[in-house]
Amino acid sequence: MSHEVANDRHPLPREGGRGEGSQVTEHPVLATEGLTIRFGGHVAVNNVTAEFRPGTLTAIVGPNGAGKTTYFNLISGQLPASAGTVKLYGEDITHLGAAQRTRRGIGRAFQLTNLFPNLTVLENVRLAVQSRAGLGLNLLSLWSDHVEAREKAEHFLHRVALAERGGETASALSHGDKRKLEVAILLALEPDIFMFDEPTAGMSVDEVPVVLELIGYMKAQGDKTILLVEHKMDVVRSLADRIIVLHNGYLVADGDPAEVMNSPIVQEAYLGAGVADHV
Amino acid sequence: MMTRILSGDFPRSRLLTALLLAVFAGLALAPFLFPGARAINVAATICVFVVLAASYDLLLGYTGIVSFAHTMFYGIGAYGVGLSLHGVGPTWSAVLMGLTIALGLSLGLALVIGLFSLRVKAIFYAMITLAVASAFAVLASQLSDLTGGEDGRSFGVPEALRPGFRLVEAEIFGTAINGKLLTYYLVFFGALSLFLFLLRVVNSPFGRVLQAIRENDFRAEALGYRTVVYRTLANCLSAATATLAGALMALWLRYAGPQTTLSFTIMMDILLIVVIGGMGTLYGAAVGAALFILAQNYLQALMRQASEGLTAVPLLANLLHPDRWLLWLGVLFVLSVYFFPTGIVGKLRSLKRE
Ligand SMILES: Nc1ncnc2c1ncn2[C@@H]1O[C@H](COP(=O)(O)OP(=O)(O)OP(=O)(O)O)[C@@H](O)[C@H]1O
Ligand SMILES: [Mg+2]
Repeated sequence: MSHEVANDRHPLPREGGRGEGSQVTEHPVLATEGLTIRFGGHVAVNNVTAEFRPGTLTAIVGPNGAGKTTYFNLISGQLPASAGTVKLYGEDITHLGAAQRTRRGIGRAFQLTNLFPNLTVLENVRLAVQSRAGLGLNLLSLWSDHVEAREKAEHFLHRVALAERGGETASALSHGDKRKLEVAILLALEPDIFMFDEPTAGMSVDEVPVVLELIGYMKAQGDKTILLVEHKMDVVRSLADRIIVLHNGYLVADGDPAEVMNSPIVQEAYLGAGVADHV
Repeated sequence: MMTRILSGDFPRSRLLTALLLAVFAGLALAPFLFPGARAINVAATICVFVVLAASYDLLLGYTGIVSFAHTMFYGIGAYGVGLSLHGVGPTWSAVLMGLTIALGLSLGLALVIGLFSLRVKAIFYAMITLAVASAFAVLASQLSDLTGGEDGRSFGVPEALRPGFRLVEAEIFGTAINGKLLTYYLVFFGALSLFLFLLRVVNSPFGRVLQAIRENDFRAEALGYRTVVYRTLANCLSAATATLAGALMALWLRYAGPQTTLSFTIMMDILLIVVIGGMGTLYGAAVGAALFILAQNYLQALMRQASEGLTAVPLLANLLHPDRWLLWLGVLFVLSVYFFPTGIVGKLRSLKRE
């Protein structure tokens, strides 16, 4: 019985594992070069070049339809690039499909909740744990015998405060709980790169902190590369080490949060009258 | 112990458990409980169709793949063993050889069909399997020098499986321990092992991935599961199991022909069994197969009696004429889908919850 190769990932090039304070000098984990996708005549992501380093949380902002989700789709392999490359640890992975990219450490949570509706909440998370452990092609052992996988899944459910709901079918959850489950699934993949696409959108006020604390916790670990698409500017300001602004598919600003927020192009392009109130 | 045998997948309904036990006991003791050629033939057919339907459910109910090529794999198994016995002579090594070739051919075909077409949309996959299966059926009838064409092939079986063979001279409960009985138990235990194997597969980590693919293949892919690989593997497992079921049927009938294996009618029967029993649960395939084959074999007889009893009322007698049995089966099917959209198993399980 051939088991799926669990760790066809690169060893993390941690430069002697220094971790703290040395983020800026580390290699980029992820890079996009001239990344472009066209839908017919519409260019949704246009020649976007950026690098992402471990220990850094990059917020990606921009108005609706700017191309943020599409940029994510190009990085995690849901969409094929029309031009440009995606590099993981310096290696070109543009030709790889979504599944292979996930197994190499790119983890993705979706903006539109995307679950296995008729499986239980716990099973949803367990499938992620199992993928990470490379157990998927094991067809003669009992699913229920993999106790460590179940415990791990319960652990991640606990992290998003869903421990009590494990036995319900995913479709029975409220919108906010589905969003949390989405986050739990991402955590369960234990990726090197976390991509959150508006994780708190549509959540009630009291549900938001759980998710934000989690993202803060991931960030504090220092070795994770985090990409966060977020509309709420207070969230961006409290979490981001760096901000990228997309507009009409173009990368129009990239840098230190304070700098980016104040740059004229951002004030004009994105933060315009309406959103400025928010900031 | 029971948990391991049933792979932790219990019927989860008292009525269903009772029904399954009745089917199991009926089949296990069929030669002793229901003497008579017809009854034992029905029992053997049920055994084979339980496996056939269960392996189809692995595709349809668990993975969400609609295939019309299932009878092709079933036919490959039957013809493989049959033609080998016909050509080489009635020996066990001929059985083994036929089985090996059949399994190889089935796996090869399942792999190719899978890799080429499981990437495409479900409807195209269904069409492709339909085309391949039809082509295969035509081929089998055209190559009449090899396959016997429309007439099929009758063949001898190894000595121990012949009716004249006596394992012991004595009779047990008035039943002779002959080759026919041995063949029946070969079919029974073969089918039982295959069923338990499938039950294990659907309750393994792999089985859960199949369900995940059925639910949301986009997300399964995003979790790191290469869905093409999983679908193709499910396709191969299902094909191999159907092939073995076909081999068992051939040994039982001592005959392989287009009507008993490759015909589209059988494909429809399998589909009906899975839907009536309940998709996505192997117990549904078991219960469905038992009821369906019983209806197929005894509904006609029942109708004949009813029709003869009602000669005074020509309209009713005509409606219940044995030739109309397919019509009534159709009505039963529509009613059961209407009243039990989740199949018999789904219905029984929901009764418990109410
Ligand atoms: N599969 C697709 N086919 C055609 N056009 C698409 C497709 N996906 C996205 N687009 C278009 O690309 C543009 C960018 O969409 P995208 O979803 O990436 O925006 P976004 O920045 O995530 O917006 P939001 O803040 O509303 O989530 C939109 O104009 C959208 O209509
Ligand atoms: Mg978006």
